[in-house]
Amino acid sequence: MERMVVSMQDPDQGVKMRSQRLLITVIPHAVTGNDVMEWLIHKYCITEEEALHLGTLLVRHGYLYPLRDPCHLELRLDETPYRFQTPYFWMSTLWPAAELDYAIYLAKKNIRKWGGLFDHEKEHYDQLHRKISHTWDLVVMQAREQLWAAKQRRKGDRLVIACQEQTYWLVNRPPPGVPSVLEQGPERNSCTAGRVQKTKTVDFYRREVECLRKALGRARVKSSVCLEAYLKFSSQRGPHDPIMSGCLPSNPWVTDNDTYWAMNAPSAAVPTRLRVEQWAFSFRELLEDPVGRAHFMDFLRKEFSAENLSFWEACEELRHGGQAQVPALVDAVYQQFLAPGAARWVNIDSRTMERTLVGLGRPHRHVLDDAQLHIYMLMKKDSYPRFLKSDLYKDLLAEAVVPPETKRRVFPFMRKLRHSSPSPALLPASASREPSGGDGEA
Amino acid sequence: MATDGLHENETLASLKSEAESLKGKLEEERAKLHDVELHQVAERVEALGQFVMKTRRTLKGHGNKVLCMDWCKDKRRIVSSSQDGKVIVWDSFTTNKEHAVTMPCTWVMACAYAPSGCAIACGGLDNKCSVYPLTFDKNENMAAKKKSVAMHTNYLSACSFTNSDMQILTASGDGTCALWDVESGQLLQSFHGHGADVLCLDLAPSETGNTFVSGGCDKKAMVWDMRSGQCVQAFETHESDINSVRYYPSGDAFASGSDDATCRLYDLRADREVAIYSKESIIFGASSVDFSLSGRLLFAGYNDYTINVWDVLKGSRVSILFGHENRVSTLRVSPDGTAFCSGSWDHTLRAQPQALLLEVALPGLEPSDRPGPSAPVNLRGCARPTCKTTCSGIKMGPVSQKLPKPAFQSTLFK
Repeated sequence: MERMVVSMQDPDQGVKMRSQRLLITVIPHAVTGNDVMEWLIHKYCITEEEALHLGTLLVRHGYLYPLRDPCHLELRLDETPYRFQTPYFWMSTLWPAAELDYAIYLAKKNIRKWGGLFDHEKEHYDQLHRKISHTWDLVVMQAREQLWAAKQRRKGDRLVIACQEQTYWLVNRPPPGVPSVLEQGPERNSCTAGRVQKTKTVDFYRREVECLRKALGRARVKSSVCLEAYLKFSSQRGPHDPIMSGCLPSNPWVTDNDTYWAMNAPSAAVPTRLRVEQWAFSFRELLEDPVGRAHFMDFLRKEFSAENLSFWEACEELRHGGQAQVPALVDAVYQQFLAPGAARWVNIDSRTMERTLVGLGRPHRHVLDDAQLHIYMLMKKDSYPRFLKSDLYKDLLAEAVVPPETKRRVFPFMRKLRHSSPSPALLPASASREPSGGDGEA
Repeated sequence: MATDGLHENETLASLKSEAESLKGKLEEERAKLHDVELHQVAERVEALGQFVMKTRRTLKGHGNKVLCMDWCKDKRRIVSSSQDGKVIVWDSFTTNKEHAVTMPCTWVMACAYAPSGCAIACGGLDNKCSVYPLTFDKNENMAAKKKSVAMHTNYLSACSFTNSDMQILTASGDGTCALWDVESGQLLQSFHGHGADVLCLDLAPSETGNTFVSGGCDKKAMVWDMRSGQCVQAFETHESDINSVRYYPSGDAFASGSDDATCRLYDLRADREVAIYSKESIIFGASSVDFSLSGRLLFAGYNDYTINVWDVLKGSRVSILFGHENRVSTLRVSPDGTAFCSGSWDHTLRAQPQALLLEVALPGLEPSDRPGPSAPVNLRGCARPTCKTTCSGIKMGPVSQKLPKPAFQSTLFK
């Protein structure tokens, strides 16, 4: 942010500055809200809205302060004069806004004008008075000194300094209800300080070196190939992306009509055309869609190779299942698919089979990975292309539904009732209760 | 990992310099195959027209900053967590709250919905990840069924279920990621290699489903093999903490958003950074990123209270969305791509509870906006915002009118 502010103050290219008249005193080097906006728009080629937003942020963070009425930090698009805050007071200098300083500031304000403190400031004042009552004399003395020193200056300077200070404290001690711009998330990197030089240990570097060596040996693909792939992917998926191309019958969020979800539910009887087309994009998409997977299974049954898909599914269950079930599952899979003479024996090449059988001695969740990959590739290279060319698939495409677009409502303010859907959490147990909050909120 | 002393010919300095030289060599190797830039390739692609995105739902009910959210696979339910320890499950279509849990810690920075929709996981400053099974039984206290799954030595920054309800992947401020078995709480695999806090992670949508990417405060984004625990690839081009990483829908690339105000796209096959999404007028860090379903759009939420929408291929900004009154902390596109939801730190001046804004794009590609196929227009550097947040009473710009106090009381809400 500071870079921006510095460039704004650049005498040649910065925001137009001029001396402003404020009541009777003349303040040099002031800018108006309009000027700031124009400069931002011009320099960064952004719109008014964005420039206003950016300007407001600059003011809220205390880099710019209004000379008139500095109790609200916002950028106004009129002739209100603003000035740039001195670097001394910038947020990034990070010296903590000390209690003592705040007390002095409040005391000064109090002395200058009795009853001039806002409510929250009065509260703070009392609190501080209680907390540092032992040095209260110091506080009051300091306040008086500073006020006296300020009286020696010209009225213009006095005003400016007062505004600067006020802005600084507005940023650091925001009034209630105004969000503090200084808030950050939980502290990061706190652990590296605590741990004794962990990042610098031999271990860390050794690991890094190893990782780098491996990385050097990687096979890389030409950029042009990869980038072309993105183009192809995006153009292929464009019509399927609701944000890019809309969705039929209508986007549920826009029209409050959730037919779209009903039609594309995981267990829909008749899939939509787009959905069926998507199965042709890649094998993974086909398997990920329950309806697609079911149809593929039917197809495989006709080809007498359904055990491949069942085996793959069983392996997936093993890989992603609970740790406790691993031995039992491995055993079950072996009995059903791999043992010689098994009921649904899968055809794996001998080398993989040997490796797998050895691994079965100590079952762990990844022991069937090789076999699973082999079968997956088999299905992908062989059965999947045949599926796409098959009559089964062609029929599916022909029967697939293309939902008509719902007509736009004539009265857009009439809202349809938004129906709640049963929570997936209810499905396993036979739901005795349904979520009863059926109607939507305005 | 053995922590023996140094071998004979090694010293800390020599290891360090070796690492540096290897890094240099790696950069050279990567540069060799880099023959074209993304925006050059993308010149053939038609530019996107104007997008009109409106806030369709505002979810109010959190009493404090919203830190994280996740969608359920049913495309309408959402779990969100906030600074005061509350984790709420909403049906965002009807805006009803369905479940609420209060965690014993503050700053719940991570939450995730299980693929089956029957459980949620969350964690934060308590250094643990807890899994809560969702139940509609009024007599049960959800907190009673809580399962403590992960144990780290520092705060939990991100968590995600893998393909099933049984395993959970976590990232923590102690610099490690870990894979846990939910049922037993057992550590299945741990991933060491980051030099500082790990802030985010994302699972790859690949066929074999075995890798994930994580980003951290050491400015590195690392790709890991879940089975072996090894780092497969690492990218170190950001200039500040990486707040969020997300895979491109095809799984061949991922995007990252960082405190250096840029988002970058890294390709895994080419093994390098292929695009930077930045603008001089954006000076605040990006806190979260996500792709649209086709991967053409990248939505990024920033700490300057805005959301920028980038055209992934052309590298230009398509639109900027206002509407939040404090920094956007989390942003996710729904599983079917019909909408995206952003959560933020905003407090209104009436000390109202936090709001989640759900934004939906109306396909606003007017034929008149589309350039003809012979003259592709490069929209770089100049994008017009088209946000009209006129739904649900939210007004943008200098907020003058306040929103009515919420009156949601789902009958299930305990």
